[in-house]
Amino acid sequence: MIAQADDTLTIYERSKAGRRAFVAPDTDVPERAPDELLAPELRRAEPPRLPEVAEPEIVRHYNRLSKRNFDLDTGFYPLGSCTMKHNPKLHERVAGLPGHARVHPLQDPRYAQGALELMWRLQGALGEIAGLPHVSLQPSAGSQGELAGVLLTRALHEDRGEHRTKVLTPDTAHGTNPATVTMAGYEVVKVVSDSGGNVDLDDLRAKADEDVACLMLTNPSTLGLFETGIEEIERIVHGVGATLYYDGANLNAIMGISRPGDMGFDIVHFNLHKSFTQPHGGGGPGAGPVAVSDRIEPYLPRPQVVRRESTTNGNEPFYDLDYDRPKSIGRLRGFQGNYGVFVRSYAYIRSLGAAGLREASETAVLNANYLLAKLREAGVAQYLPAAYDRLCMHEFVLSGEPMRRELKIKTLDMAKRLLDHGVHPPTVYFPLIVEEALMVEPTETETKETLDHFAEIVTGILREAQEDPEIAREAPYTTPVRRLDEAGAARHPVVRQPMNGN
Amino acid sequence: MTRYTSATDADRAEMLGAIGVGSIDELFADIPAALRLNRPLALDAGLSEQEVYEELKALAAKSTSAEDEISFLGAGMYDHYVPALVDSIILRSEFLTPYTPYQPEISQGGLQAMFEYQTAISELTGLPVSNASVYEGPSAVAAAGYVATAASKGSRFVISRGVHPHSRECLRTLAHAWEMEVVEAPLSGGVTELPSLDEDVSAVIVQQPNFLGAVEDLAALSGAAHGVGALSIAACDPLPLALLKTPGECGVDIAVGEGQSLGNRLDFGGPSFGFFAATEALMRRMPGRIAGETKDIDGKRGFVLTLQTREQHIRREKATSNICTAQALNALAGVIYLSWLGGQGIVELVELMLQRTAYARDRLAAIDGVTQIHEQPVVREFAVALDAPVQRVIARCQEQGVNPGYALGRDYPEYENGLLVAITERRTRADIDRLADVLTAAVAAERQAVGAKA
Repeated sequence: MIAQADDTLTIYERSKAGRRAFVAPDTDVPERAPDELLAPELRRAEPPRLPEVAEPEIVRHYNRLSKRNFDLDTGFYPLGSCTMKHNPKLHERVAGLPGHARVHPLQDPRYAQGALELMWRLQGALGEIAGLPHVSLQPSAGSQGELAGVLLTRALHEDRGEHRTKVLTPDTAHGTNPATVTMAGYEVVKVVSDSGGNVDLDDLRAKADEDVACLMLTNPSTLGLFETGIEEIERIVHGVGATLYYDGANLNAIMGISRPGDMGFDIVHFNLHKSFTQPHGGGGPGAGPVAVSDRIEPYLPRPQVVRRESTTNGNEPFYDLDYDRPKSIGRLRGFQGNYGVFVRSYAYIRSLGAAGLREASETAVLNANYLLAKLREAGVAQYLPAAYDRLCMHEFVLSGEPMRRELKIKTLDMAKRLLDHGVHPPTVYFPLIVEEALMVEPTETETKETLDHFAEIVTGILREAQEDPEIAREAPYTTPVRRLDEAGAARHPVVRQPMNGN
Repeated sequence: MTRYTSATDADRAEMLGAIGVGSIDELFADIPAALRLNRPLALDAGLSEQEVYEELKALAAKSTSAEDEISFLGAGMYDHYVPALVDSIILRSEFLTPYTPYQPEISQGGLQAMFEYQTAISELTGLPVSNASVYEGPSAVAAAGYVATAASKGSRFVISRGVHPHSRECLRTLAHAWEMEVVEAPLSGGVTELPSLDEDVSAVIVQQPNFLGAVEDLAALSGAAHGVGALSIAACDPLPLALLKTPGECGVDIAVGEGQSLGNRLDFGGPSFGFFAATEALMRRMPGRIAGETKDIDGKRGFVLTLQTREQHIRREKATSNICTAQALNALAGVIYLSWLGGQGIVELVELMLQRTAYARDRLAAIDGVTQIHEQPVVREFAVALDAPVQRVIARCQEQGVNPGYALGRDYPEYENGLLVAITERRTRADIDRLADVLTAAVAAERQAVGAKA
């Protein structure tokens, strides 16, 4: 038996001088005195104190850690706005093929035709899904895609000789939107929502002026609602010469059903780790490609993957990297983007095809509305009402305010009690405009039975709280650790393993 | 139904009934009719699993990987050996398929791995605080610049021409939006020659070893930055840091870098991870997730995401960065790799690269028509100048199954026929000898061709 205390030993605490997993290959070249190659004054005083452990202990250590994680392959993970859909196993296999995994990013395009062709095809597919013809795969994640979008907007306006200072974001926006605006050198102006959960058009009209560069919009919104006024929003925003930016976090609701480009958006970012099922990896990697309209195209990041048609008959087209883009905003990152993510998302699009993508979105919306309907039944709705009394799209937001008031348990307590039932809680306390918010996104890959079971768990927790709210307030009980002292961690940060001498 | 969804016709009917609508279409009633796509997407029909596999395999066959040729390409990403245990651990679903550990009680594995990763980066860089990863190397340089805009005065970045061209370009992309000027410090004899600095400099940014492989005098460059109140930022190659004087020892404020060489595959450029480490004074200005140690209500040791008031989901427009999803899985590969190497192993590995690189440098410099661009100390990469058109020489070598390195000309017109050669531990003496032979022949052939034309 391993003692309980051992569970939290770090790899450094398992280290013992002299143990090793790595054995260096022989030095097969004539050896020179090390100090002659690198003088002592250039060398560090002490070697880095990395753990010294043999392979069996490394494997056991990280296996042990893995068992202290909950994951999507284990159970329901309805984390709103994160689209925790199944990650097909095929994708790991194909991404691991040496012709994808071991191609150097600076390989001459003549020797990287497969990789460039895959990227070119993915650009085409994403452009078709967005309804915008030009795609850059470069941004590393959604937030970098947002940054690209705002910088593209800046480039467009500067090219026209315009100086604009503000970017509009709805009060329901993800935190990345306002943070991006600041990083891109603009001032954030918040637009409020109306009583139906849509952007308040009067507020938008009042704030949209010639200083506004862009409106960043998530549609469906983070409330899981489609902006019914989108056509009017488009007129207002374009009427003042601003761009309309589509945050693709919620694209999973509308693939093949409606396209941001057709709604009038100029710039779209995708989260390949959401709609296109790159595994989330415990917080990355992802990828955040952008699709844009013709007028934005000249400013796309460098380099751009292009297909050059062969001039001689019978020859294959040539896929290339185009650096000759004088109006480009420049690079956002090194090389060509997260290619390994592109392989997985491309495989996904090839597996589903046009009909499958549409079916994925339809089923995501069906699952969300079904779960919402189950939670509207007696025993739940009076404590956890839907924040807006409408059909939802692929996710919905409940308010735990009546639950807090009447049962004396907060949304946080509900979330923690869910942990004891083996499901990941929904996103909590977001969007900010809903009190005690719970944001639920079941995704299309869950069965009806799983949704039924989740509804039963929530019902059970509410019933339990009617008898004894203390149970939820003290939860969880069955997890590897219980509630953690986060305030203490921030007050006295311990962010690395202490060792002798520091 | 697709193979990744489970709703049968019967399920669907029952679910629509429970919702109280008659069809799936009714669920989309909020979308104005004019905005609906009333045709299928113009994409090919879906394929079976085995058909997708075959297609992706066929695409893979159209690229030349580091398994198909002897490659000396580096310039920011390196063909190091990735031990089997890295793949086996990061493919575990418990690491592969969760998201960011927002619920720490069920995410202790990922959080502890972040804490261990942060410790390893802190050890390599000699700086006390590391975050849990940023996207990758070049954007990390821009991220460090963003910290400098808030942490120091001045409206100008001074960045060495020895910093990776992609990093310099990333900084410029963003500096434009921040209304910051970017000034390049030239290279002299292969290393950075700082211009005279003044109080308007916000940060001095150098790379260690620099893009030409040369080891920089980081302490002197940091001292010069601090002399005018600027931050000192170093973009570092993590493996050479096992031998080199650390950024911390040199007085660097922020050390960033590309983490690919730590247990991550080439992947045609990503995903990998960027690391970001800093002094205690800058801890609360750092971007990204940071894991911290704490206790649960029973007094049991545990880990959480900490200092979250820096982050976008809490601070919104006042956040220190917009970063959300980063590279947790790649950083996990990094800490597993560093644990595999161990404290002694990493030194042995880098000493081996030092020896083989020195051997390769001598062999290549002895070739007629090949000269060294600089004679500074190097660890695993060096730059030579060819007396022949470099692109044509590379093409000739690749026809012989040897990729001799990176042509410097696109980024450095002053080294028009420069070649940057990387020697990882995978390149044996026999590989290096083969490179020398192939390069000798290619340079000779190209010189002859030029001579014939003249």
